[in-house]
Amino acid sequence: MSTLYSFHGGIHPPENKQQSTGRPIGTPPLPARLYLPLNQHLGNPATPCVAVGERVLKGQRIAKADGAVSAALHAPTSGTVTAIAPHAYAHPSGLAETCIVIDADGRDEWQPRQGFPLWQSTEPAEVRRFLRDMGVVGLGGAVFPTSLKLASTHLDTLVINGAECEPYISCDDLLMRERAADIVSGIAIVVRLMQPKRVLIGIEDNKPEAIAAMRAACAGSDYQVVAVPTKYPSGGAKQLIRILTGIEVPHGVRSTDLGVQCFNVGTVYTVARAVEHGEPVISRIVTLTGAVARPQNVEALLGTPAAELMAWAGQAPNSDGVIMGGPMMGFKLADTAAGLTKAGNCLIASSAELFPPRPPAMPCIRCGECADACPAELQPMDLYWFAKAKNFGKAQERNLFDCIECGACSYVCPSQLPLVDYYRFAKSEIWAAERDKKSADRARTRHEFRQFRIEREKTEKAQRLAEHAAKTAAPQATLPTPTPVATDKPAEDKAAAIKAAMERAAALKAAGSATPAVQSEDAKQAAIRAAMERAAVNKAAREAAKEAGASSAAPAPSDDAKKAAIQAAMERAAAQKAARGAASLGLPETPAAPIVPNNVLDDAKKAAIQAAMARAAAKKAEREASEAGQQAQPAAPAAHALDDAKKAAIQAAMERAAARKAEREHAEAAPADKAPTAPAPGPATLDDAKKAAIQAAMERAAARKAARDAEQHRPPQDKDS
Amino acid sequence: MSGLLLALAIMAALAVLLGAVLGFASVKFKVEADPLVDKIDAVLPQTQCGQCSYPGCRPYATAIAAGEADINRCPPGGEDGIHKLAELLGVDYKPFDEGAAQPKPKSVALINEELCIGCTLCIQACPVDAILGSAKQMHTIIASECTGCELCIAPCPVDCIRMVPVGTTLKNWKWDYPVIPIASIPTKAA
Amino acid sequence: MHSPHIAKPTTVSVIMLKVLAALLPGLIVYVHFYGIGVLVQLALATGTALLAEAAMLKLRGLPVDFFLRDYSAVLTAWLLALAMPPLGAWWLIVVATLFAIVIAKQLYGGLGNNPFNPAMVGFAVAIVAFPAQMAQWGSPTVPLHELEQLAYIFTRQLPPGAALDAVVSATPLDFLKTQLLLGDHSVPELLARPLYGHVAGIGGEWIALGYLVGGLFLWKQRLIPWQTPLAMLAGLAAVATPLWLYDPLHFANPLFHLAAGATMLAAFFIVTDPVTAPTTPRGRLIFGFLVGVLTYVIRVFGGFPDSVAFAVLIMNIAVPFIDHTTQPPVFGAKRKGGSA
Ligand code: SF4
Ligand code: SF4
Repeated sequence: MSTLYSFHGGIHPPENKQQSTGRPIGTPPLPARLYLPLNQHLGNPATPCVAVGERVLKGQRIAKADGAVSAALHAPTSGTVTAIAPHAYAHPSGLAETCIVIDADGRDEWQPRQGFPLWQSTEPAEVRRFLRDMGVVGLGGAVFPTSLKLASTHLDTLVINGAECEPYISCDDLLMRERAADIVSGIAIVVRLMQPKRVLIGIEDNKPEAIAAMRAACAGSDYQVVAVPTKYPSGGAKQLIRILTGIEVPHGVRSTDLGVQCFNVGTVYTVARAVEHGEPVISRIVTLTGAVARPQNVEALLGTPAAELMAWAGQAPNSDGVIMGGPMMGFKLADTAAGLTKAGNCLIASSAELFPPRPPAMPCIRCGECADACPAELQPMDLYWFAKAKNFGKAQERNLFDCIECGACSYVCPSQLPLVDYYRFAKSEIWAAERDKKSADRARTRHEFRQFRIEREKTEKAQRLAEHAAKTAAPQATLPTPTPVATDKPAEDKAAAIKAAMERAAALKAAGSATPAVQSEDAKQAAIRAAMERAAVNKAAREAAKEAGASSAAPAPSDDAKKAAIQAAMERAAAQKAARGAASLGLPETPAAPIVPNNVLDDAKKAAIQAAMARAAAKKAEREASEAGQQAQPAAPAAHALDDAKKAAIQAAMERAAARKAEREHAEAAPADKAPTAPAPGPATLDDAKKAAIQAAMERAAARKAARDAEQHRPPQDKDS
Repeated sequence: MSGLLLALAIMAALAVLLGAVLGFASVKFKVEADPLVDKIDAVLPQTQCGQCSYPGCRPYATAIAAGEADINRCPPGGEDGIHKLAELLGVDYKPFDEGAAQPKPKSVALINEELCIGCTLCIQACPVDAILGSAKQMHTIIASECTGCELCIAPCPVDCIRMVPVGTTLKNWKWDYPVIPIASIPTKAA
Repeated sequence: MHSPHIAKPTTVSVIMLKVLAALLPGLIVYVHFYGIGVLVQLALATGTALLAEAAMLKLRGLPVDFFLRDYSAVLTAWLLALAMPPLGAWWLIVVATLFAIVIAKQLYGGLGNNPFNPAMVGFAVAIVAFPAQMAQWGSPTVPLHELEQLAYIFTRQLPPGAALDAVVSATPLDFLKTQLLLGDHSVPELLARPLYGHVAGIGGEWIALGYLVGGLFLWKQRLIPWQTPLAMLAGLAAVATPLWLYDPLHFANPLFHLAAGATMLAAFFIVTDPVTAPTTPRGRLIFGFLVGVLTYVIRVFGGFPDSVAFAVLIMNIAVPFIDHTTQPPVFGAKRKGGSA
């Protein structure tokens, strides 16, 4: 006999189980029409695999599992699929859900049943797939696909949950009393799949018959049937694991990580039926109780409308509704036309006598009763306070999501506060906020990417136009333009590569990598800047080419145009290089980037200073050039003006070269240097690089403008002269 | 005299000590603040609809941060959004202007695929690239990416796009704020 | 209406009524020793409290009837009346009660929202504003005739021939303090006087016993936690014992302190007030202990002889902080394996 542990809190509500345990499991009449929601389990709803009008046999699969976290659905009886449409659904929201509607033909004709006789020798994964296709899910209430829960092996303890702690419910009790042998063969299958060291079957001590039946069925095996003290919610998986093994499974941790797994007796029963008899989950034991004439347990087909079951049990006329589940955690059916689901362990006809409305609520008096009752060891009054004030962050900090919504706190609260309602509200608000945030983030990324794309397309267009212009200008001006065009080609390829890289970075960012995101952001900006610059350069080149074309007669200006074109090409190259540097820095694939010696930083600073100086010089040149132009316009000889413009252009070019060199040095140093001696923060380097790039770009722009201005002033003079 | 000196000494010591504690705290517990624009942008719903009269959420965020725009310009953000902005910026809540665009339930655009002529105009209008299709081919909207900005409706030459309210589904259904027959809600009873 | 669909029938009213019932043993002993004046005070306080509460509820637009029936105002009134001098002037208790209900309770948001224990606020205001009145405790040894007591409370007229000194006297705590300050007597000497009975004053010790009985009843009913009362008594004893051992001539023995004044009343009925005490188990221990320590410190070294009110109020301020820092670990957060 193993030692028992206790869990904190818990309550002892009136059990009210004896009403429904007096009769054996009954079989209600075959309903005329069954409503089978596709969403009877946790995870993705099943996908229908029958068509409206199709005749189905009992046990035939009518919807298949969609992905791993899903389970199949089968026809509970033979008949015709008459609709696949929204219908009342057993859910607290009262929302309709897509159901497969089957009109029974009354013949209840099975399809050939195929078990899985070789379960002892086949791969466990095969058996798990089989179970998923047989629609086996946890019948304790969580309806989690069982195939997934079976996935770990070499457990320490397998816990079989027969505690059934909620008042009124007795379906597991009756199942254990009447079908213990099947349960035990189910356990054997689970044991084969999971190979636990020991098997503990926990049953609350208020079910002596069930304990006796299970003990008898387990005779000869080493499964231990353990009577656990009656206390709500000892039937919670975590609580039962704690009681039987002493292990507390924290929130967000899988119990298998701690060597334990827990299955409901109803679940292992369906496992046995599926594997040994080839019967998918098409029915379940459900307790019909409350304000009914004949409270009892029945084996009801899934999809049977709740109203029909209640009518069969003799729902009292004064009953005002039907609760699905127990009185602690169940919910009132918004529409009793809803079909029975795999989660439906109990249907209680409620009435004002059985469930009198709560007295009006008072303010919380901080009596601490709720904290004493909470099995999750929370401080429910604080959670209530935060949830009420919609201070969800605080509520989460106080472990709101550890709450198992057992209702114990609400049950004991002398102020009659519906505490759990507040927790459910807070939880769903938090989930909604997370969903909204996710979609907003996605929208933001997509929007930013779109803007980047538009920018890029513009640039590309401009580039194409420039190329075109350069090509057409070349023969007219008889200039050796092939050079710029030739450099353009590989440059374009490079640009394409960079773009691809940047897109990769953006995609990575979308994927949610935090630090790389910042870097790729920078890279992206740098790229956009580079692209803009390219556009400007191209425009300059185009203008220059046009100029050249217009004044093809004069040799001197064509010289200038050539120079301008060469400059433009060089600038393009530099810009691309800068962009490449930035991009490679930003790419998450180069983890060397963050490790940069300080002298690189210094270099970057120097480059920045140089660039600034160059910028100043360029401005001066520009001023001079424009002044020269103005002066030249009325009287001065063309040669003079040209000379000045040339000088300005040369000056600017030299300065540009210097700036470019600094920039290049820096750009190369950053990714190339992998010496891990002096770790400097990557972002800082990037920042400096960015600054340097910006300044260099501005400087280049200024120089270009100067050149253009000079050119603009010239043509009239040329014509004049 | 010595009492006075002692008192002074104690006060001075206290001042130094508390100063040190404060200094330490300000270093130790320093909060790295996002730039304001980012924070505002994070609150905005990213619908990118331009109903605020700015060409997208970020420009609006920038305008708010610069003090150029009111916080009540974003209908998709709803009242909640205004409350959040008010809280973030430490200003008073301000309802939507009368006559200005009002919040409405979230919808997504739907293209009537029979009518679509494949003109790509809507693709160009969509701020989040949620429309798929190419010239002369039927277009379709990726509902999960659609922000409901309605910017694609006007450009469509054949008026084949309409907004479909998202509605409540099991996925986005929320528990209500508990309304309890609490006796301490004064006005309700009256 | 959502789950759970069932609830325990306990309500706030039931709890308050049980607490009132638990006060009865102490109250009966009190009346036995001090006469009908106690009941007059009780009636005055209850009436004032109910009227004040009703008026405030009406002003706040709340259902008067519903909230009056939670009996929390009555409890406050009783606690206050039990802490005030039995022969105090009628207006004294009325003012104190008004303060307790109007300011300390309703203006802070009513039941469940008041950070300070209302009864203790009322008491503190009275003792600060009317120290002389508050120092005139009834004398258990020379009780007046019932009517004379009534007359004295309402008119401050003593029957002819009765000397004020014989009718009212300082509380044992007060007396001890002043005598010690005068420096003429040592503690054992003083405690040997008839005023001090067996342990802590004629009547006083028995009244304390009455409260203890009531408190144990509450604890058995699971209406108060064990942590706060025990911690408070322990806190008091923890300071009293070493000092007494160190200098028995100047410091009274711990038993005296446990039985004297409002110690027992406070331990079982005041620090256990759920609204103004911490909700975490560890928090309750800390809170109770510090109330005990402060009670002693203020009693012996401070300016007021009965200091429970101040100790409680000071600790009330710290409750949110205590709660915040003593959050118990949640299920699964502390132990793997665990104990049986
Ligand atoms: S049981 Fe109710 S009144 Fe008591 S502390 Fe919890 S929420 Fe407050
Ligand atoms: S419903 Fe949540 S807070 Fe309340 S007792 Fe259960 S686990 Fe604790």
